Amino acid sequence: MPAPDTPVLDVAGLRVEFPTRRGTLTAVHDVSFTIAPGEVLGVVGESGAGKSLTGAAIIGLIDPPGRIAGGEIRLAGRRIDNLPYDAMRTVRGREIGAVFQDPLTSLNPLYTVGRQLIETIRTHLPLSEAQARARAVGLLEEVGIPAAARRIDHYPHQFSGGMRQRVVIALALAAKPKLIVADEPTTALDVSIQAQIIQLLKRLCRDHGTAIMLVTHDMGVIAETADRVAVMYAGRIVEIGPVADVIHRPQHPYSVGLMGSIPSIVDERERLTQIDGAMPRLTAIPDGCAFHPRCPHAFDRCRRERPELMAAGGTRAACWLRVGGAVASAAAGVEAA
Amino acid sequence: MSAENDTSAAAGPLLRMTGVARYFDVSAPWLNRVLERKERVTLKAVDGIDVAIRKGETLGLVGESGCGKSTVARLIVGLYAPTRGTIVYDGVPIAGDGATKDARALRAARRGMQMIFQDPYASLNPRWRVADIVAEPLRAHEPDIPRAKLAERVVALLEQVGLAAADGKKYPHQFSGGQRQRISIARALSTNPSFLVCDEPTSALDVSVQAQVLNLMRDLQRRLSLTYLFISHNLAVVHHIADRVGVMYLGRIVEIAPTRDLFANPQHPYTRMLLDAVPDLEMTGEARTAVAGEVPNPLDPPAGCTFHPRCPLADARCRRESPALRPDGTGRGAQVACHAAEEGRLPPRAVPVAVAVR
Repeated sequence: MPAPDTPVLDVAGLRVEFPTRRGTLTAVHDVSFTIAPGEVLGVVGESGAGKSLTGAAIIGLIDPPGRIAGGEIRLAGRRIDNLPYDAMRTVRGREIGAVFQDPLTSLNPLYTVGRQLIETIRTHLPLSEAQARARAVGLLEEVGIPAAARRIDHYPHQFSGGMRQRVVIALALAAKPKLIVADEPTTALDVSIQAQIIQLLKRLCRDHGTAIMLVTHDMGVIAETADRVAVMYAGRIVEIGPVADVIHRPQHPYSVGLMGSIPSIVDERERLTQIDGAMPRLTAIPDGCAFHPRCPHAFDRCRRERPELMAAGGTRAACWLRVGGAVASAAAGVEAA
Repeated sequence: MSAENDTSAAAGPLLRMTGVARYFDVSAPWLNRVLERKERVTLKAVDGIDVAIRKGETLGLVGESGCGKSTVARLIVGLYAPTRGTIVYDGVPIAGDGATKDARALRAARRGMQMIFQDPYASLNPRWRVADIVAEPLRAHEPDIPRAKLAERVVALLEQVGLAAADGKKYPHQFSGGQRQRISIARALSTNPSFLVCDEPTSALDVSVQAQVLNLMRDLQRRLSLTYLFISHNLAVVHHIADRVGVMYLGRIVEIAPTRDLFANPQHPYTRMLLDAVPDLEMTGEARTAVAGEVPNPLDPPAGCTFHPRCPLADARCRRESPALRPDGTGRGAQVACHAAEEGRLPPRAVPVAVAVR
């Protein structure tokens, strides 16, 4: 048994590479974080920032020729990034559940949801067919599917989008995993359904102590769900900290710009903060801090040297402006952008 | 006149839809209907919409998938013909009952409106250079425009949306999503339109890019006195960009009001439910009203008010009688289609969304 303070997930120095004809691209650089039992870590960033790849590395589903080229991933103290394929298959499902964006592609359209659930349960737990079926009904009830005992024999196409995502969550929970990696679980859903799924994830986390890594580009979902947030940019974590600090007092200029660019239903602004330009392609990541060409505060050192994460305000940010724990006044950071 | 009392005489509507409906026949093929005794099935994608869009304003249209908001966009630009009702643009009936037969007037009206689509990857021809994409609407409307003048105009359009003149030589795949949407906007502006129909123009973009595009759209609106119909499922985006907002549910507008009123004081129970469901950065920590149920099957909508199965205020009248869109009585130009609102049965809002003054 691991010590009680062992994090469920401990990622250290993770590096994911894609060999190409024109050289090796590094899509995830030196990413480190931990998730405690019952904690929700939000991972945000724009398309191509490496957030989904980080999730895929943890569940051992990086498509070749991509590969984990460095670092360690520990699940409850046990190293899992170097496990052989079959051993990883047991970990995935038994100890790590996965929820993806599109529930229709996560379910087999030819089998009833009951058959898929029962198969998953029996693969991982020593239960009889009848026991597994009872557990499957229980899971469907737990994720809020009405008339679960009847709906269990229906096919995926007979469910609506929100109900399908609930089925996928039930599948992820089938073997009582310690960790759920949820990659954009609410992105394909309407707002009213999205709210239901968020509440469901939060409740599961609270009731079962399941740790959740929630990958999304939707800051609203993060604000409602996560305990801590990691902001990714060009393959690295540029800021990580408690959700309230990252959202309301971001320290990295990229996080500041990202938060300012989000329209809200409660404030009225003439213009949204705008980060000019676009995230660099993997083939052309700038020297020094990868954000410096778009950063309104960039100075000489930013162009030469890459900053590591350092304490800044309530969070840790990879920014030379924060050397020695200097705290940006929110105003200076936001208005100058 | 009651439906138009929100339109002051000074600024007449640029576009007016009166009783516009669009049905789709989604029946099984004839032989199956005969052999299997299936009935004809009609999908009422848009079922009677009355709306007027004033010159220079941005009307936001929100609703969940399948509520008919994109069908409204397609009806206006002429990609669909209305099943009934009339669409009048700038005084010219362009579609539906009593549509003008005058081809020249129709062409002029059509030239005045353009559309921006959601997916900038699908709406630009990958085999065309950007300059040709942007020039195409101009060529269609002015076939004998001199080449030099066309090239000049394309450069001006590209610069107007923040691209470089040299970008005209490139192909769409050389641009990021946000830049592609700028190309779509440049193309839409090429005929000097006064009205843009924007169907989820930022939904496929990352937030920081979305901010760039929204700021650009606002600048262009001001500079070129454009009128927008802005369709989105994202309430925060609509709150940011729109002057007035219409909320759609199952093919009808259930509430339409000035943006500030709609968000501060929503009347229709569906609007309230939607607003409660939006995750927000403020993290008030307050328990939100549980959102009940899902949108019913549009092939078999509930009788009476289509929202009644999900509505906490539904009574016998709601199950029987479909409510009409009528002024909410505040005199601020808000209209709501709800028996409970009309009868004064609305409870005060549990969690009022205060419009923070910043």
